Amino acid sequence: MNILDVENLWVKFPTRSGMFDAVRGISFSLGKERLGIVGESGSGKSMTGRAILRLIRKPGIVTADHIRLEGNDIMAMSERQMRDVRGQRISMVMQDPKFSLNPVMTVGDQIMEAYALHANASKAETKRKAMEMLEAVSIRDPERVFRAYPHEMSGGMGQRIMIAMMLIPGPEILIADEPTSALDVSVQTQVLGIIDRLVQERGMGLIFISHDLSLVTSFCDRVLIMYAGRIVEICQADKLHEAQHPYTRGLLNSLPRLDEPSKRLEVLKRDPAWREADSVSGSVSARA
Amino acid sequence: MTAVGIPEPDKQGWREWLLTEAPTSRRHARAASLYQGWLTLKSNKLTMIGVGILVFLFLVALFAPFLAPHDPFAQELGYRLQPLWTDGHLLGTDSLGRDILSRLIYGSRITLYIVLMVALIAPIAGLFVGTVAGYVGGWADTILMRITDIFLAFPRLVLALAFVAALGAGIENAVLAIALTAWPPYARIARAETLSIRKSDYISAVKLQGAGPLRIITKHIWPLCISSLIVRVTLDMAGIILAAAGLGFLGLGAQPPSPEWGAMISEGRKFLLDYWWIATVPGLAIFTVSLAFNLLGDGLRDVLDPKDGGEL
Amino acid sequence: MSGIAIDNLNVWFSEGRDRVDAVKNAALTVRQGSSFGLVGESGSGKSTILRALTGLVPTWDGHMEAVGETLGKKRSARFYKKVQMVFQDPYASLHPRHSVDQVLGETLGLHGYRDIETRISELLDNVGLGPSFRFRYPHQLSGGQRQRVAIARALAPEPEILLLDEPTSALDVSVQAEILNLLTDLRTERNLTYLMVSHNLAVVGHMCERIAVMQNGEIVEVMTVQDMRAMKPKHTYTRHLLESSLGYKRAVSV
Repeated sequence: MNILDVENLWVKFPTRSGMFDAVRGISFSLGKERLGIVGESGSGKSMTGRAILRLIRKPGIVTADHIRLEGNDIMAMSERQMRDVRGQRISMVMQDPKFSLNPVMTVGDQIMEAYALHANASKAETKRKAMEMLEAVSIRDPERVFRAYPHEMSGGMGQRIMIAMMLIPGPEILIADEPTSALDVSVQTQVLGIIDRLVQERGMGLIFISHDLSLVTSFCDRVLIMYAGRIVEICQADKLHEAQHPYTRGLLNSLPRLDEPSKRLEVLKRDPAWREADSVSGSVSARA
Repeated sequence: MTAVGIPEPDKQGWREWLLTEAPTSRRHARAASLYQGWLTLKSNKLTMIGVGILVFLFLVALFAPFLAPHDPFAQELGYRLQPLWTDGHLLGTDSLGRDILSRLIYGSRITLYIVLMVALIAPIAGLFVGTVAGYVGGWADTILMRITDIFLAFPRLVLALAFVAALGAGIENAVLAIALTAWPPYARIARAETLSIRKSDYISAVKLQGAGPLRIITKHIWPLCISSLIVRVTLDMAGIILAAAGLGFLGLGAQPPSPEWGAMISEGRKFLLDYWWIATVPGLAIFTVSLAFNLLGDGLRDVLDPKDGGEL
Repeated sequence: MSGIAIDNLNVWFSEGRDRVDAVKNAALTVRQGSSFGLVGESGSGKSTILRALTGLVPTWDGHMEAVGETLGKKRSARFYKKVQMVFQDPYASLHPRHSVDQVLGETLGLHGYRDIETRISELLDNVGLGPSFRFRYPHQLSGGQRQRVAIARALAPEPEILLLDEPTSALDVSVQAEILNLLTDLRTERNLTYLMVSHNLAVVGHMCERIAVMQNGEIVEVMTVQDMRAMKPKHTYTRHLLESSLGYKRAVSV
């Protein structure tokens, strides 16, 4: 059973020289899995994540045949219904926690607010839940962090707090848009570990948006490769080295590698035909 | 900000030439970015209303002798305090029988003169003080900014009054007094911008080419500060016009019989209850011009925002 | 000798109670014509070494030597000509109101060149940008094109040493490959010396012969690229960095 079904999604922006299509008619589905969306800047990967939550700002336009969240079409929902979807059923973690946390509220208050917005619980219960969540994201001294303000936290800590905040209402889907790009490599693995564990434990669907092909491959089950607003290829993550599309191959080969030294790196030759080719469907309908 | 002349036959060719992403010469690049700024400005209707009013004001001031039906100083005591729409005196006459329309038309010259002089003096002084304080830092910063604070501590009109009282009444001194009270906010803006610019990589990069502070301030920091100052000055124009009118109203600005709009209101004040139009007409003129500058300032802010790659 | 020699370098920010020691007792030598990498996580002090070397950070003590000059508080005109830097973020290192033509023209002028017109065309050619880019403004360029302009600016005075501060970390991987290739070619053509800072071990491994690993302001290990490729670090922190750079492993989940 798919949690999310996206059919023929377009995101358009009017500009002086006509309509700019950021996402051009993509379709995919998400089960209880880790789905990676990979692409370079401007490929439309972040726009896809935002469009699912209907977070594209005006004058941007989102159209789709449907975006079904367990059978209910998100495109047909009112703005009020959307507010219940955002956070409670689909959560989003962004790249930089600095811009997502409120600087004048303590971490504890923010997490409690996130919970209280969706659940009808007593204050004590809310607080207990928030502490539990802080522990769940591997924060060693939750008491201290609970009372701290966001600016007292490092980048890695901030991102853990964001994850705690996003997961406390118990959403079915987590959209992570470059959640570790602003972090150092060693912190990156820890944060990924936390996301991985929580998503598995809670049986959620994860959409992991990133520019980092090797990271996505090692982290996800299935990967959509986007180019110029379309999906050019879909791979099982462990079979990425068998990828067929020249774009995917080009991306893989342009990475410098520690284990395979080379004098020159392979340079991606962009074929205009890639842009015109139809989007590959990422839907999995035959799933039991 | 003048419209680029587009000959009708090859309109398309010109448009393309101006909208190109790959200009072929310095002049081409300049023209292209000016044209794109103009297009952004043009797309804002309210701004275009402001531009229209100001162009009209400018033309009126330029052709005042041809437009004015009467001599603005000629008194016809037999025709005192005529109402609106009187034959030969469309906007009536004042207490000395002078034609209000003619005085209004000549007054636009004074208004433009004040506005342009203040707009030249105050932001340039502010830019100079602010960028030096911001870039040099340390003692220079402390001293310059404390002086700025002293000026900011006084209410604007009160300080201007004090200056005019010290310098003597008159239009030139009014301009000077307004400029002296107007520069501190510009210095603060310029300093704040400089502080954020001076740490940026492109300033570091030009330092590594061995460029000195003078070059960095004038060639690299000024161009970035100027656009926000232009926006601010345009938005402040209304305040400047009102301050000038206020000084005129208090009898410390333009001296009679000069047709300055503020002074005209001041004269009309005595007859306000019975002959309301004498004060109201110049008041409406001040209102309209102030509004026009504000509308233009709003539009300019969209065009000149450097974050969007806007061009001066 | 030419190249770079740094010994006993300390760099700090602010004075008194707020003092932060960004670099502690660092020592490294870069032979002329070689390529040296500095790796570490954010806040390890790797970029600070470059900034102290160029004089952008004045609060330092110790010994620094480059292109045969012992460096004091002020840099000479010769130093600025021989040592150039490419910055991390090509969106921040170009003046938003200056066209490519202005950027290169001013740089050439500052270094006293006369034949500016021909040199601008040559420089653009060297970094793989055609003449059509000459009169564009930064907002009309992509990230990779901007970084090429920044490299052209650094090449303008015909330097011997290029300091590269994360030159590709703000770029897409395919563009990164183009820029790294360009830097490799330029080094062979002009016999340049590189001192490159990066958090990406694979990039440094691709570009450099010797690598220094920094942690909390100290250089914990200097190794050859062969040792790094063979995964033979001496220091535990280096091992930790190398392992993390291989990507996410489900087994190591926290």
